[in-house]
Amino acid sequence: MSSSLRVSAKLLDRQLEGGRMSRRDFMKFCGIVAAAMGMPAAFAADVALALETKKRPSVIYMHGAECTGCTEALLRSIDPYIDTLIMEVISLDYCESIMAAAGHAAEKALEKAMKNPEGYFCTIEGAIPMKQGGVYGKVGGETMLSLFSRVAGGAKGVIAMGTCASYGGVQAAAPNPSGAVGVGEAFAAMGIKPINISGCPPNPINFIGTVVHLLTKGMPELDAVGRPKMFFGSTVHDKCQRRKHFDAGEFAPSFQSKEAREGWCLHLLGCRGPYTFNNCPTAQFNQSNWPVRAGAPCLGCSEPGFWDQYAPFNRDVLMKGEKA
Amino acid sequence: MAETAYTGRISVDPITRIEGHLRIDVEVKDGIITSAWSSAQLFRGLEMIVLGRPPEDVHHYVQRACGVCTNSHSLASIRAVENAVGVKPPPAAELVRHLILGMLNIHDHLVHFYHLHALDFFDMATALKADPVAAAKLATQVSGREVPPGDYFMVQAKLKKFVESGQLGWLTNAYFLGGHPSYRLTPEENLIMAANYLEGLRVQVKLARAWAIFSGKNPHAQTMQVGGVTCYESLKPERLAEFKALFEECIPFLKHNYMGDLVLIGRRYPEACIYGRTTNFMDFSDFHDPETGKNPAFRGGVMWKRNLKQVEEFDPKALKEDVTRSWYKTTEAKHPYEGSTEPVPGEFDPSGKYSWVKAPRYKGESVETGPLARQAIAYARGDKATTTFMNAWLSACSLKPENMFSTVGRTAARMVETLVLIDLINGWHKDLTARAKHPDVEIYKPWKMPDKARGVGYVVAPRGGLSHWIRIEGGKTANYQMVVPSTWNLGPRCAAGKPSPVEESLVGNPVADPERPVEILRTVHSYDPCIACAVHVIHAGGEKTFKVL
Repeated sequence: MSSSLRVSAKLLDRQLEGGRMSRRDFMKFCGIVAAAMGMPAAFAADVALALETKKRPSVIYMHGAECTGCTEALLRSIDPYIDTLIMEVISLDYCESIMAAAGHAAEKALEKAMKNPEGYFCTIEGAIPMKQGGVYGKVGGETMLSLFSRVAGGAKGVIAMGTCASYGGVQAAAPNPSGAVGVGEAFAAMGIKPINISGCPPNPINFIGTVVHLLTKGMPELDAVGRPKMFFGSTVHDKCQRRKHFDAGEFAPSFQSKEAREGWCLHLLGCRGPYTFNNCPTAQFNQSNWPVRAGAPCLGCSEPGFWDQYAPFNRDVLMKGEKA
Repeated sequence: MAETAYTGRISVDPITRIEGHLRIDVEVKDGIITSAWSSAQLFRGLEMIVLGRPPEDVHHYVQRACGVCTNSHSLASIRAVENAVGVKPPPAAELVRHLILGMLNIHDHLVHFYHLHALDFFDMATALKADPVAAAKLATQVSGREVPPGDYFMVQAKLKKFVESGQLGWLTNAYFLGGHPSYRLTPEENLIMAANYLEGLRVQVKLARAWAIFSGKNPHAQTMQVGGVTCYESLKPERLAEFKALFEECIPFLKHNYMGDLVLIGRRYPEACIYGRTTNFMDFSDFHDPETGKNPAFRGGVMWKRNLKQVEEFDPKALKEDVTRSWYKTTEAKHPYEGSTEPVPGEFDPSGKYSWVKAPRYKGESVETGPLARQAIAYARGDKATTTFMNAWLSACSLKPENMFSTVGRTAARMVETLVLIDLINGWHKDLTARAKHPDVEIYKPWKMPDKARGVGYVVAPRGGLSHWIRIEGGKTANYQMVVPSTWNLGPRCAAGKPSPVEESLVGNPVADPERPVEILRTVHSYDPCIACAVHVIHAGGEKTFKVL
């Protein structure tokens, strides 16, 4: 507190961190998103132009059978921070997790957003319970199945946020008590093909990059299971920092081993990285870590059906099903 | 206190700014709530999904009960299995878990207050009318942290640009828009809260960044395993220093802004420091000594009738779950180890069954769990840190200790708990740093899965006492039960007609405007409802009885 230099540095830090984004920050965000999308640096200017000159596009964010972890992941975004996202990039017109209105006022906000003459994008977090007509999940007295079919059906585009919305997720694991399925499966008959941003949780940059792509260049190219190739084009194994140990045949045999301590490959401990398409090693989580770096084998959380097909966890794929 | 003498029924569905799907109904007479019903609206069935799976895998599945209190379910599951197999993780692993759980609680309390609850008390639109210089002066005085007026000019400019865009986004139809008699902060106070709402969004990112150094990612930790943790890399000096630096950057906001804002609210809403109370309290012990497994930093217990002079120990055998008013076939109340459950899906019926949540009772009584229970119990036991911070808040608001038993008191208890945790986290970090200097520091202990065993894991989760119960047969999960905080706090009535804590605490609340019943939101949000966690064991098809231990 005594040195004036320290105070001014602190002040600068607070202005950057305290919710006041400058033009410079905005351009930095555009550049980072362009890079995450695999675009050349010059594309940042296109991103900025597209985001600044348009009326903020309306986004309706629905919560189905979920844990709100995807929303939490989105709250951790820094490119841009969430306040910049919802105040300067998109208009988040319905999102139960953070919206001010409740009850009838919330329902009216949803109706209003759905009547927007300029249309809206629909994001769904969570699976959709289908059993017995969907009675196991309701919002405002209406089943999620019915409500989401209306919201997604009228949208300009649908994003499935996270593995539950993409493929059913944890509640769809055997015996799938509520008959939960992903958005694409639930509404296939309506011709709805969502963009799947899978992951448990998904990396927020993959959601933001997809939104920016939709706003600037339209529909991104998708892989066979509906994920944008720009984020899900290579496996976790491909760019893993422990890859050199795999290539050298250096595997940690157990969590207490010297090899685990020294950061060797987790393949024998059940790492599903070679079979999992996602950008975790390069994008990282929370700007500070990702599971394999922290010694935890990849669970394969962005793959369809991983809760059953990649389980049991923490054992070599060759021993899968055997008792460790 | 009510400005209108409304009489009738109000139903709020969906309750927003919570985790999960909740409906609240109240009966109002002359502007005062006389009766309330809490109804959960979603079933997922995680406890059935884990049956037959390896017990050591279950924590990955049940962690997905909730992405908000994320690591608490993982840890409860791991502790239940460790209890069953009889393994105690090495001290350094326990410290890593303390840091993960401590950071979870702090992060959760911050996001709950600013981003899920504060809009019940402050009006973001009116912040535009504030004098930024006067607001900065007030904020500096209340929080003890210097606020340059320039900060508030910038926040106002940002809000102005947003409001003038005509697209109100997540503030659309907010109860405060156009004025509301129950919003009482001045424009300057609203500007302070708006600035902290925005700064809080940035601070929580940083807290999560520090936390992920140990958890691997956030939400949903991957480093905790049965037997210890996996994150050797997190114990490197540069990583421990990175955590420390990030955490230090967050502390001024937690210590000054969070406390200061609770003082503003306590002063402006004195009646909400009286209504919203419950009668009985319960929570568990946690943060034990990493070497001995004794002397918990958070010591649990049970308090009856808000008696700050007496606390008794929790007896796990005195817990029973009642399903008379829940969408299950009615049986007598049973211990989680003995109950059987058969679902009866139905419509909302306030005189019959009306929720997917069961009604847990302790010695037959409804008990509140959570930060208020923990801090009241610690206060009653004379815990120095709790007493210091709680008394600082009470005296700044000219309140008495009994005022902690209220809607605002419940919210302030989270802030008190946050401040208590700051010093504890710094202590655990220091201890871990010292242990990490040994090149062969252990963080994982091998174990062998028995053929048959059972165990329980307790955790002080952000919303209260959490317990997971596992029975192992043939080395697989034969049965699984989660008894979670929001089941205790937000369940329905029981056979004896006794309301749950949230139902009890809504009675006596005023409702100034039945179209915009913000007072209901204040009290319901004060529990930080987590409904995905609360709804558990049922069999979806309903065609057969699902046996629970």
